Amino acid sequence: MVSAFLCVFAVLAILIAGNAADHLMGVHALLFFSAIIAWLVGIALWAGKLGDRDPFDETQYEDTLVKFGVAASMFWSLAGLLVGVIIACQLTWPNLFYFEELGWTNFGRLRPLHTSAVIFAFGGNVLLATSFHVVQRTTRARLFGGMWPWFVFWGYQLFIVLAATGYLMGITQSKEYAEPEWYADLWLTIVWVAYLIIFLGTLWKRKEPHIYVANWFYLSFIVTIAMLHIVNNLSLPVSLGSAKSYQLFAGVQDALTQWWYGHNAVGFFLTTGFLAIMYYYIPKRVDRPVYSYRLSIVHFWSLIFIYIWAGPHHLHYTALPQWAQTLGMTFSIMLWMPSWGGMINGVMTLSGAWDKLRTDPVVRMMVVSLAFYGMSTFEGPLMSVRAVNSLSHYTEWGIGHVHSGALGWVGFISFGALYCLTQWLYKRKSLYSVALVEWHFWLATIGIVFYIVSMWFAGIMEGLMWRAYNDFGFLEYSFVETVEAKHISYIIRMVGGLLYLSGAMIMSYNLIRTAMGHERINQPADANPVSQPPAAAELQPAE
Amino acid sequence: MGLLNNHGVFERHSLILTIGILITVSIGGLIQMAPLFYMENTIEKVEGMRPYTPLEVAGRNIYLREGCYVCHSQMVRPLRDEVERYGHYSLAAESMYDHPFQWGSKRTGPDLARVGGKYSDEWHVDHLIDPRALVPESIMPPYAFLAEKSLDFRHIQDDLKALRAVGVPYTDEMIENASMDLRAQVDPDIYFDEQDALVARYTEASGREGTVQIRDFDQDPDRITEMDALVAYLQMTGTLVDFSTYEAEDLMNAR
Repeated sequence: MVSAFLCVFAVLAILIAGNAADHLMGVHALLFFSAIIAWLVGIALWAGKLGDRDPFDETQYEDTLVKFGVAASMFWSLAGLLVGVIIACQLTWPNLFYFEELGWTNFGRLRPLHTSAVIFAFGGNVLLATSFHVVQRTTRARLFGGMWPWFVFWGYQLFIVLAATGYLMGITQSKEYAEPEWYADLWLTIVWVAYLIIFLGTLWKRKEPHIYVANWFYLSFIVTIAMLHIVNNLSLPVSLGSAKSYQLFAGVQDALTQWWYGHNAVGFFLTTGFLAIMYYYIPKRVDRPVYSYRLSIVHFWSLIFIYIWAGPHHLHYTALPQWAQTLGMTFSIMLWMPSWGGMINGVMTLSGAWDKLRTDPVVRMMVVSLAFYGMSTFEGPLMSVRAVNSLSHYTEWGIGHVHSGALGWVGFISFGALYCLTQWLYKRKSLYSVALVEWHFWLATIGIVFYIVSMWFAGIMEGLMWRAYNDFGFLEYSFVETVEAKHISYIIRMVGGLLYLSGAMIMSYNLIRTAMGHERINQPADANPVSQPPAAAELQPAE
Repeated sequence: MGLLNNHGVFERHSLILTIGILITVSIGGLIQMAPLFYMENTIEKVEGMRPYTPLEVAGRNIYLREGCYVCHSQMVRPLRDEVERYGHYSLAAESMYDHPFQWGSKRTGPDLARVGGKYSDEWHVDHLIDPRALVPESIMPPYAFLAEKSLDFRHIQDDLKALRAVGVPYTDEMIENASMDLRAQVDPDIYFDEQDALVARYTEASGREGTVQIRDFDQDPDRITEMDALVAYLQMTGTLVDFSTYEAEDLMNAR
């Protein structure tokens, strides 16, 4: 089934390659074609080696796929963070990090590479891996669809490669966080629909009467991202053989559509998806039920209802009609409450197990991620107030805000889940080294503090400098003076990013050694009191 | 609470949960976005806006390709310091032909909504080739390769057709002559007649004299480079609307 499906796309790709109007499209069509051929060969080799083994044994969980997802998350986190450090260096030392003859390494092409690699490649793979893990455990059923979950996994990796190589070659829609061109978007749509069907199919097979709260969040993430992706990427290709397309909407309508998408990529990709992780891995790791069932219902529905309205706060004082700006601001402020509802529900789940903060650095990482979530979801509503926004918009403050959420919340909760998954899936008593988790935690935390403090400083400073007047009533600073003033902040930011990257490298080393079954001999005795949870009997705090 | 006791319906039926989610997340977007497409005063009535010339379209596509939007906004806000630094605040009408919009979200470099006409062509070319040669503190990447690369405009007609299909009012004449119009705008010494036709076409669309700039933008008479196109686009940005006839106080322009 999957193979036949792939063959159709191989034929399509070769047709497009033959009719490519520009060489970029030709390169991509051939890349796509070779990937599909490699894929088919891979399936054939795998099927040949099966022998009598039933690969889709309904009595077993599909955990191999989750292991692949963990490995992919690890790989893309290193790649994405590394590109982040490189572009931070470019802004700090332009003479050293720009190469006149290598135009494709310029900031304008690498920044989308960084954002897509960390959000969609790293974050996306964490969401794929954890959702496939969580939905099986909380329904006590194997993933629906046999081979199709593998199609989703590899199809998603193919999308990432198409997007990333495209940016470097200059293929872009130039819409933030939605840069991939029309054909990559179409491919992702197909993969995403398959993902939704697999997720729903697994829910239909469930042996539990109730759908666990984490799955509500995963479902809202999958459904809403599909809606956002399709509407924001409506565009008309110049021709079927051309990589270039023109957006259906223009100007003000396109701007609102884009930030409806952009803000809710944060809301539904980087928030509800990762809240789902919180709702499974924190209770599991500390062996406590979720703090409040009612709170989870109230904050779930209010969060998803209110989030979708908040987009226009990215467009304050622009040519967007003011009623829309005001609506966006109002709902952004209201959003503070459901956000903190989630934070409280997560943190309070530790009730009765607070000692684990001291003894298990993985738990500490996940709880600190909630602290960062609380902080950035307070900062967000603050920045959405028009008067504050007039200062903060267009400045580094926005960059700092994004990274306190991305590095602190999304990064830390993901790392926590990756540590849990590696230990559990490979059935290890503990991680290879708990001391290395401590190192990861502290390096990354200091890195985040360096990052956000330097960006607050740079952002508020440049915002004030842009609007400063001298005694004669003239603007005090030229634009480039504000650029020059940020140099020290840029250095500190780069160091912060480097610390965070080194933390992730330590984690990768630790995870690989854990997977290989190694264990440090001189581990502290109480280092990891949480035992491998039983595979079937599941906590059902939602009942 | 009674309402919470009924939540079991969502927890027992995945389809009801899915539909519930879909309805909940659709409401906000519909209420905010739909009116922008039919409310007439979303976009101001101004004089001077016209579809971009083929050369400007090609230049804009290079602006998109290089990701200029990640560091440069094209949206001057109605704040005293911005209006003094960059010029008249941006109108919705000024990006009505921008597929997609380029308002941006970050100013690592200055706003470019009104950069047209502020600097000479020579300045732009030198600055794009080596930004730090002109502005020592600049952190902008160098774009010397644009001056080396010939502009590929074999498909410019298809570009205009696609833009017309999504709503930009290109006439048949504009589309038929796209390729020649592009050459005429950058090679004034060769195509005298074609140049007049180009100016006539786009002046009529604009309703205003002097919006079509014709010259060899990169001072390289041998060929048409990507630099030509990009500088032509930059020199046009923010110059189309006639602000002497724009009345900000008019009720139709209050949004």
